[in-house]
Amino acid sequence: MSKSITIDGQSIPFIDGQTIMEAATAAGIYIPHLCHHPEYTPHGSCKLCNVKVNGRVCSACTFPAMEDQEVLSNTAELINDRQKITQMLFVEGNHFCPSCEKSGNCQLQAVAYHLNMLDNYFPLFYPTRKVDASHAEILIDHNRCIFCTLCVRASQEADNKDIFAISGRGINKHLIINSTSGLLRETDIDIKDQAAHICPTGAILIKYTAYQVPIGERTYDHTEIDQVSLNLEKHGHE
Amino acid sequence: MGMNNKIRIATTSLAGCFGCHMSFLDIDERILQLAELVEFDRSPLTDIEHCTNCDIGLIEGGVCNSENVHVLREFRKNCKILVAVGACAINGGLPAMRNFITLEDCLNEAYLSGIGVENAHIPNDPELPLLLDKVRPLHEVVKIDFYLPGCPPSADVFWKFLTDIIEGREPFLPYELIHYD
Amino acid sequence: MIHFVQDLVESNHYLPTRLLHLLREIQARYHYIPNTAIEQLAELLNIPRTHIISVIEFYSFFHLTPRGQYDLLISDSITDHMLGKIPLLDYLTKKLEVKVGEVRHDDLVSIDNTSCTGMCDQGPAGLINGYALTNLSLTRIDHLTDLINQQIPLEEWPSDYFLVKDNIQKKDLLLNNPVHMGDALISMFNRGKAETLNEINFSELRGRGGAGYKTAWKWQLCCENEYQNVDALDNVATNNHQTRYVVCNADEGEPGTFKDRVLLNSYAHQVFEGMTLCAAIIGAEHGFLYLRGEYLYLYEKLQTILKDRREAGLLGKNILNKNLNFDIEICLGAGAYICGEESALIESLEGKMGIPRNRPPYPVTQGYLSKPTVVNNVETFMAAASISVYGGEWFAKIGTEKSKGTKLLSICGDCDRSGIYEYPFGTTIYTILNDCGASDVQGIQIGGPSGIFISNHEFERQLGFEDLATGGSFIIFNHTRNILDIVNNFTHFFAHESCGFCTPCRVGTSLLKNQLNKIIDGHGSTGDVVALEELCQIIKKQSHCGLGQTAANPILTTLSRYPELYQGLLKKISYEPGFDLDEALEAARKLSGRDDTNAHLTQVEIAS
Repeated sequence: MSKSITIDGQSIPFIDGQTIMEAATAAGIYIPHLCHHPEYTPHGSCKLCNVKVNGRVCSACTFPAMEDQEVLSNTAELINDRQKITQMLFVEGNHFCPSCEKSGNCQLQAVAYHLNMLDNYFPLFYPTRKVDASHAEILIDHNRCIFCTLCVRASQEADNKDIFAISGRGINKHLIINSTSGLLRETDIDIKDQAAHICPTGAILIKYTAYQVPIGERTYDHTEIDQVSLNLEKHGHE
Repeated sequence: MGMNNKIRIATTSLAGCFGCHMSFLDIDERILQLAELVEFDRSPLTDIEHCTNCDIGLIEGGVCNSENVHVLREFRKNCKILVAVGACAINGGLPAMRNFITLEDCLNEAYLSGIGVENAHIPNDPELPLLLDKVRPLHEVVKIDFYLPGCPPSADVFWKFLTDIIEGREPFLPYELIHYD
Repeated sequence: MIHFVQDLVESNHYLPTRLLHLLREIQARYHYIPNTAIEQLAELLNIPRTHIISVIEFYSFFHLTPRGQYDLLISDSITDHMLGKIPLLDYLTKKLEVKVGEVRHDDLVSIDNTSCTGMCDQGPAGLINGYALTNLSLTRIDHLTDLINQQIPLEEWPSDYFLVKDNIQKKDLLLNNPVHMGDALISMFNRGKAETLNEINFSELRGRGGAGYKTAWKWQLCCENEYQNVDALDNVATNNHQTRYVVCNADEGEPGTFKDRVLLNSYAHQVFEGMTLCAAIIGAEHGFLYLRGEYLYLYEKLQTILKDRREAGLLGKNILNKNLNFDIEICLGAGAYICGEESALIESLEGKMGIPRNRPPYPVTQGYLSKPTVVNNVETFMAAASISVYGGEWFAKIGTEKSKGTKLLSICGDCDRSGIYEYPFGTTIYTILNDCGASDVQGIQIGGPSGIFISNHEFERQLGFEDLATGGSFIIFNHTRNILDIVNNFTHFFAHESCGFCTPCRVGTSLLKNQLNKIIDGHGSTGDVVALEELCQIIKKQSHCGLGQTAANPILTTLSRYPELYQGLLKKISYEPGFDLDEALEAARKLSGRDDTNAHLTQVEIAS
């Protein structure tokens, strides 16, 4: 008899060692997330995947699945909170989608679409942040960084490098780059590195590829992120 | 509602490019259908200078100067449902990208030290609206009732929103109609 | 500098876990962490430079740009404000001719604010080059200015500037019965480790940091994987099992709390004895005292006590000839409230940013360097040592059903006798207020900003986990105090101390600060309090750790008690901008030289 948990009333199996997120994904249930990626160590910082486990709020991407868990994910309360958390990410940085080449392929934007987010709700911070265009092939636009650390983890875990880190505290958090000048040009990042391609937003971009796929034909233009994510991440597991 | 029980709509563009208005007109032949149900108050489509007693106010563009504030307030006062239309109205959009440069640098570049500037001086005619230090989205200046995202929102977005209102439904944009670009 | 850094790293055995210590030394010597030092550290410690930079930028006491040779930090606790901090700081900046947050042109002096330095009973307080200054006054500032301008070394300053008093006002069970050096360990060895753990279990001692987890359970969980039952404890040779750690949490950062400062000043032996006791029971050979950076002045004294204990055979190899090996290392923090959270503290001990870990796993199974670790508060270790000597019954007969024993309170604010008070759990607030000479009380902040604000209708309430739980902070406010000023101070504190790891806390605490400011500044309108409360709930519910989960408490606990305070500030209009519209035109007015009527905006539309 396999072990199981319920998510929104639906019983799903899990194996020991799986997180709630992993069990859900394997069972074809999408829980919104941005900092989570099945290939990297769970981080649990964006808090979009927060679910209620037996009444207590837990991050699905880090919390282990255990027998007798009743997980709530698609409740009106959690959906509302997720939308607010996404709005927080939007007002914290400078996310001008019309002028961003990632638009349509951006997970931050896609999660917002999925949550039916029409506005920013909060006052905007308009922080002054820089663009690092020093590297010949890769561009960093700090305005769009959401501190998910996926590039940090990908660089360490997949590329065996240490190109990125998140520095600072509180609202002053920022992405830093491992070179004497702090510029990407002086690192040993390679365009083939996972870290160059992992960014869920438009903060790390590959140059000269911007409009190879026209707006309107991009990943999330017609397919919701729940479908895209489940397809990708289920395959990732197999 | 206006006379003939038609829904009265006012529209304007603040710090915007009129792209949202153009997109609105892309409803093409549906505009005939719309004309049966609505009438336009203050709008670039009419010659009415000030809006009065409207059901819906559609505003594109963010707030970049004092005149924008006055117009936005007029709309808020006279429109039952005030709608922020398009990226600039929602988060400042392209014009807000000046928020990372001081106003002094902006004006210096434009009127004093920029290439090709003649008779360098910063305009000071009292008729001219003054610029705010930062471009702001509408919801930071007045209360906004609904948002139509997009740069611009497609004609279908306008159509869906207006038909929802006309038919007495809570406006709702399905996934295909939500775009920020 | 190259030699300095080289020697420093060498004497710290090239251990990256010592990063905070290394940075403290470099900061103290050069008044910042120069880039060349970062590069050198990265190479010697074999860690990425980004790791070092992120640590520097995380802790308030490290700087990437030079501070003054005399770096002054003024405590920003609400109690410092109540003692006249603002006019004092104004005076100080004028006298020293330097603005807050800046370094004077001659690089001699810099001034900034800092979170509560734990001197609430003898403020206004501050730090100079990390050392605690108490009882700041206009006269002291005059003198201090001269000392700085004449570049007199700190060692030659009058010692009473640095005098920190204990102010113990009321003793009970623990403070009246101090444990003589070694007695707790001797009792334990006589009784047996398993029996001693049973005594602690029987005492029902719960963690004194605030969360209140049962101490015996924590210790047992830490060794459980190894022993099938506790009785086996005494049969296992101490050097024969997995590495474990004992950590004493002396990162007393909750504003208004200073009881650990006093315990470490006057009862340090007993605290260290409690740690050693724990080490013997769980089988740890290494312990840490994580001392908040603000208590740097205690560092040397505590080192001496450790040395004395080693010489007395109470630390080190073969303690009391009982085949017990254990020693304690003191690690200093560097200005980060979050490090009081136990998993963040462990990260900090490992030489990293203090970001709370995901749990499970809990520290008892995977703590310091992923090994089982017990983290307890200073007062908890102190109590454990007493229980070992006097027994569980002695402790458990005092207190209430769910809260046994006594609690140390740091009482400050509007009262005649601030200081340390020890009370049995179950004591009413009324009694406490009487004892410390508080009159005309408007309300009390219990448990610090992360705790609750109670009004003067609640004085029958009692200390205890079942009613008013507190880590020790007890700040009294009389009727001259403005509650919203207090809430504002606390809300700014959390925004400043948020580690920034999770979205709801990182962004939420800053949004909360702005939204509260909007209301306090008189720009609030009908919906703004509702929006404030809604934001509070999201931060409380969705944040990663205790900091975020309690950051909205100052607003929530006062909003429920004094809704009219908030509502009264709202304008009876549907909406008002959160920023000053006319101020937003100021730059354009200046640049165009205009000041006509059209060059101004009213904050809200004037009815025509």
